[in-house]
Amino acid sequence: MSTPFRFDPVELPPECGALRQQVRAFIAEELAAGRWTQNSDFAVHRAADFSRRLGGRGWIGMTWPKRYGGGERSFLERYTVTEELLAAGAPVGCHWIADRQSGPLLLRYGSEEQRETFLPGICRGEIFFAIGMSEPDSGSDLASIRTRATPVCGGYEVTGAKVWTSYAHESHYAITLVRTAPLDPKNRHAGLSQLIVELTAPGVTIRPIRNLAGEHDFNEIVLDRVFVPSSRLVGSEGDGWRQVTSELAFERSGPERFLSSHQVLVGLVDRAGTDPEPALAEALGRIGANLWTLRQMSLSVAGMLQVGETPNLEAALVKDLGGAYERGIPERARRLTRRCRGQPADRFEAALAEAILHAPSWTLRGGTREILRGIIARGLGLR
Amino acid sequence: MRDTILYDSAMRLFGDHVSPQVLAEAERGAWPASLWNAVTDAGYLDVLAEGPAGMVEAVAILRAAGHHAAPMPLPETMLTRWLCAAAGIDAPAGALSVAAVTPDEPVVVPWGGAADAVAIVSGSSLRFASREQLRFEHSASLAGEARDVLIAIDAAQTVPLPNAVSADVVRGIGALMRAAQMAGAMEAALDLATRYANDRVQFGRPIGKFQAIQQQLALLAEEAAAAFVAVESAALSVAEGRASAEFAVAAAKIRAGEAAGTVAEIAHQVHGAIGFTEEYSLHHLSRRLWSWRDEFGDETYWAATLGRRIAAAGGPGLWPLITAP
Repeated sequence: MSTPFRFDPVELPPECGALRQQVRAFIAEELAAGRWTQNSDFAVHRAADFSRRLGGRGWIGMTWPKRYGGGERSFLERYTVTEELLAAGAPVGCHWIADRQSGPLLLRYGSEEQRETFLPGICRGEIFFAIGMSEPDSGSDLASIRTRATPVCGGYEVTGAKVWTSYAHESHYAITLVRTAPLDPKNRHAGLSQLIVELTAPGVTIRPIRNLAGEHDFNEIVLDRVFVPSSRLVGSEGDGWRQVTSELAFERSGPERFLSSHQVLVGLVDRAGTDPEPALAEALGRIGANLWTLRQMSLSVAGMLQVGETPNLEAALVKDLGGAYERGIPERARRLTRRCRGQPADRFEAALAEAILHAPSWTLRGGTREILRGIIARGLGLR
Repeated sequence: MRDTILYDSAMRLFGDHVSPQVLAEAERGAWPASLWNAVTDAGYLDVLAEGPAGMVEAVAILRAAGHHAAPMPLPETMLTRWLCAAAGIDAPAGALSVAAVTPDEPVVVPWGGAADAVAIVSGSSLRFASREQLRFEHSASLAGEARDVLIAIDAAQTVPLPNAVSADVVRGIGALMRAAQMAGAMEAALDLATRYANDRVQFGRPIGKFQAIQQQLALLAEEAAAAFVAVESAALSVAEGRASAEFAVAAAKIRAGEAAGTVAEIAHQVHGAIGFTEEYSLHHLSRRLWSWRDEFGDETYWAATLGRRIAAAGGPGLWPLITAP
């Protein structure tokens, strides 16, 4: 029997090398100007002005058609820019969802009018999107959502609540998964649709949900008879499940799935000095080997996405391994340095403290460890 | 993929020639002659004749060999034939083996007693001796594969190696080859454990329907996939002579070695008692995983090497090291 997964090695084309140097030069310039502090967790730091500067360089919507403001560059070039930004700990949060998910969704399923309305602004780093999927009673079991969109003259009236919506309070729109038909227990994935909800529309209330670090990233979005014009339906009514799941390989396999704690690792290497004792050298070597391997796996998935495949099983493998890796870094750093006590003395200790507090979310967001392993088990033919 | 057809045909060849009987007899010291002849006729021994450029092909063959636990010095012969070519020695036909000397450690030659000739590499010089010139103390790995300790060489041809070849290079190529065999054995263990979980019924259903088993097998698959990707990427890097090849080889042996322990543990746990028997074939894979991970440098050896390299690069140098083409 052949292997259930497929990972072809990818060689980055030569243009990626030049692009990488441009991104590094840009980052060096930003850091020299003291414009932001480094944090590799894509969901933690954000800056609208940074997103606009990136947009100005053509590094948002890089793969999209030029007529919508995109760069018509390859998926591997986008990968190169993304991994450089994340490794450097740049504040990518504002445009992240629009660039990774909402834009590609509109390109794939959106109407011409939607593309013309939203994509150029996304590319300029001016329009930010959030995702409205989970609900108070629907987390991993996404098909059980209850937010209803009822047909009214010229559109829908939407009522319900979405939770864990990162940056809803700083985003302009949320691509919101709703029920346009009641749940059919025999076909639970039917009757779902995706709507673009304007977050300033009447009836939309955004409430903060503070995380355990006391920060306001998450929100609850309460939708009380919010009118959404039918021109804001993405794709076909009732096709939401297929549309949502078709994006999963993009969402799950990127470098953000193993670089969240990268600044801790950078600090750890610095602390180790140039001549570390054997146990520390061994630990760094094992971490380096895992990081290198994850990147090769993630690149391989990017290569498959580039040629139009949907490697959902491989993406789940990358995300679960990547999550375990990035969660392991602060734990290892803590044991190796014994520096996470009270007030952080320097950047490394601050990064370590922040990583310990944020790590629980890394194996939850974008599909929990348990859900991912279920997907892998299905890929192995066990379900 | 340039190696897919080669891999598929190697899988057929090893599938046809490695039977439970061949494995059992090899462990008792018998030479698997028909398997060896098939491998020779297929041209596998010369896959590195042109040097590391053939590494992708070598790894494809060795994954298939590892998948079937082929009990013979195939990577050792491939590597020695390359060393002979590099040193300008006419390699004799037949089984060959190789060892990279580490100061103050015994020289263990895989399949030494069964090899027609052996290359012993220390620093940048090579001693080449034929069977009758070598004396071994016979020993075996956890998998029952001959791992003979060199006692004496009565006479040997000593030749300098070209600049690009040294004991470190031999250890690296050997490590990547063992990692490839491990990747193959892990794929086979995944296959075996998945089939067993689908066949074995307890509490009225196949045990693979239980989430506890599914989660474990998913982990096994992740580890096998990581080893596979590390090995394939490193092989490509070596074949193309990239500057990053050394890093890639160390990373591949570390990652495959880490995966080997987890894969063997989960495969055995899923199989229950039957997997612990001599009769059932899982031990041919798991015992090889447990021994191959220690050969040509274990994870600790390679991780210390890689870790010193990372430390030398420093925090800002880490990412350029990881992304170096």
